[in-house]
Amino acid sequence: MAAEDQSQASQSDLPYVLILKPPASFLLFGDHFFDSPNFQYLKAYESPLPLPHFLHTHAQSIQALLSSGGAPVTADTIRLLPRLGLVVTTSQGLNHIDLSECRRRGIAVAGAGTIFSADCADSVVGLLIDVLRKVSASNRYVKQGLWSSQGTYPLGYKLGGKRVGIVGLGSIGTEVAKRLEAFGCSISYNSRSKKPLVPYTFYPNVVELAANCDALIVCCALTDETHHLISKEVLSALGKDGVIINIARGPIIDEKELVRCLVKGEIRGAGLDVFEHEPDVPVELFALDNVVMSPHSAVFTRESFDDLCKLVVGNLEAFFSNEPLLTPVALDDLPHFSGRKD
Amino acid sequence: MESIGVLMACPMNSYLEQQLEKRFKLYRFWTVPDKSSFLASHKDSIQAVVGNAGAGADAELIEALPKLEIVASFSVGLDKIDLAKCKEKGIRVTNTPDVLTEDVADLAIGLMLAVLRKLCESDRYVRSGKWKRGDYVLTTKFTGKKVGIIGLGRIGMAIAKRAEAFSCPISYYSRTEKPEIKYKYYPSVVELAAHCDILVVACPLTKETHHIINREVIDAMGPKGVLINIGRGPHVDEPELVSALVERRLGGAGLDVFENEPYVPEELFGLDNVVLLPHVGSGTVETRQAMADLVIGNLEAHFQKKPLLTPVV
Repeated sequence: MAAEDQSQASQSDLPYVLILKPPASFLLFGDHFFDSPNFQYLKAYESPLPLPHFLHTHAQSIQALLSSGGAPVTADTIRLLPRLGLVVTTSQGLNHIDLSECRRRGIAVAGAGTIFSADCADSVVGLLIDVLRKVSASNRYVKQGLWSSQGTYPLGYKLGGKRVGIVGLGSIGTEVAKRLEAFGCSISYNSRSKKPLVPYTFYPNVVELAANCDALIVCCALTDETHHLISKEVLSALGKDGVIINIARGPIIDEKELVRCLVKGEIRGAGLDVFEHEPDVPVELFALDNVVMSPHSAVFTRESFDDLCKLVVGNLEAFFSNEPLLTPVALDDLPHFSGRKD
Repeated sequence: MESIGVLMACPMNSYLEQQLEKRFKLYRFWTVPDKSSFLASHKDSIQAVVGNAGAGADAELIEALPKLEIVASFSVGLDKIDLAKCKEKGIRVTNTPDVLTEDVADLAIGLMLAVLRKLCESDRYVRSGKWKRGDYVLTTKFTGKKVGIIGLGRIGMAIAKRAEAFSCPISYYSRTEKPEIKYKYYPSVVELAAHCDILVVACPLTKETHHIINREVIDAMGPKGVLINIGRGPHVDEPELVSALVERRLGGAGLDVFENEPYVPEELFGLDNVVLLPHVGSGTVETRQAMADLVIGNLEAHFQKKPLLTPVV
């Protein structure tokens, strides 16, 4: 056979990976970002067919699915894919995947592992210093020429010695703790269960954690149990000298209540990378200098995307060569994720 | 002590003013219409000067105050005080070390994160409503970046300790190498600049360190290099820095201090890789109070003939 024909023949032998919607990486780097010579992609979003019809047409060819936060993998979708053996997600969060259904069907899930933990922790520290020391607000002040016309900017608050309460002491929470200890902060946490080998103070519920800290950091997964975990009661316990930082998922905080507290000055400030209805952000926050916001970009560094590329391709290649996944998600021990989108 | 005249060089802290007024006769230099005639008429009553990073006691002021016994600075930096003249005349000098070390180091790291991760610009992006149209740009990871510190004193060491928690390899330049320190030493600022990703100025301002960040150092830092200045504005050749940033020969800068505060070069206002702060290194409620208490403590100790708390001269 001619070389061209040969490559076409081997192309059609390559296993298929389904993509429902383009991940952020494709928008930033183009849709060859996760390419590999060992498999090919089937892009549902490029087909004129309605999704169920598309899935029905290709059901027998799809063994793996590449998912991202904006493209939920529901039980309905999974049921249309009888040969599905693997879901790989580009996100840290897993709340958009029906993990119970995956477990039931024996479908493996590969996550982000710890590749994003450093960047997430760095974002937490950056936002916390920004809120306490008014970095963004005073940068705005200087860049509007107000330092020379209006004088000194109001004082901020010291980070050193503050009590930090971490909600969810997973990989990200642990990296946050390690960093903030170097700033002289004392660390406490709430997690589904106490971690015996950890030197930090454990509080059995978030209200008690909030009552005993000056900065509450949300680092946990979004599950049915953690939806609106940061409630009016928690914010009230945090109090007017307390700040909250959220780089996890918007719905973990009762956003209406958070906005009310911030507008009324019932808490000191907030650093928010995530919101309940992204990309919509409550406009009341735009008038507040004690709030620092970012557009769900805690992991948006070149380095994290390079690592993500290697990880996604690595997991898919391992799957198709019957080798162990690089970052398998343990489906036995997880709280209930109902698979609804953020 | 109520008859002891204390001259405050410029406005710096209202709690400090209050506390000084309770104990001494406080003169607010900035409210005086004619400074030289004020000095002429009050020269025999002023025994202390309280200064800060912006204004202190230069040779001219010292000469005009024959009864001056002590200069207490509301800062750790001493560049606004003529130390040689004070030594010559037996005038004591105190500053506010240690109480502000953590705040300044925290801000240095805060600036590094703000510049590399474009935190201020991301906040602006969200506030402008642009997020609805698309994601913000990719930024640069801070963890693991090489941090080079100029001046490994209290503040430099505190910066190093914090950066280490982010797995940043630390290197430094100092007047002399410190053999007990495990960080890599470079014998010149240019070499340090060439071997780090983020260069931070944390040394005192002296004749030797004036414009320690010059064109040669900026060139060595290169188009990805980031400069953080929490020292003094005159550490940096400001026009050189501005043109390097505008021409994108330097990757970014986080600046808390400027050559001519409160004036900041306007060419920097529109740059998304530059964070500008109004000299707030020690600017927290907690630390400014601690600094004020130290100034008062030093003055009381002096006039009660007790040992000074934080003497420099």
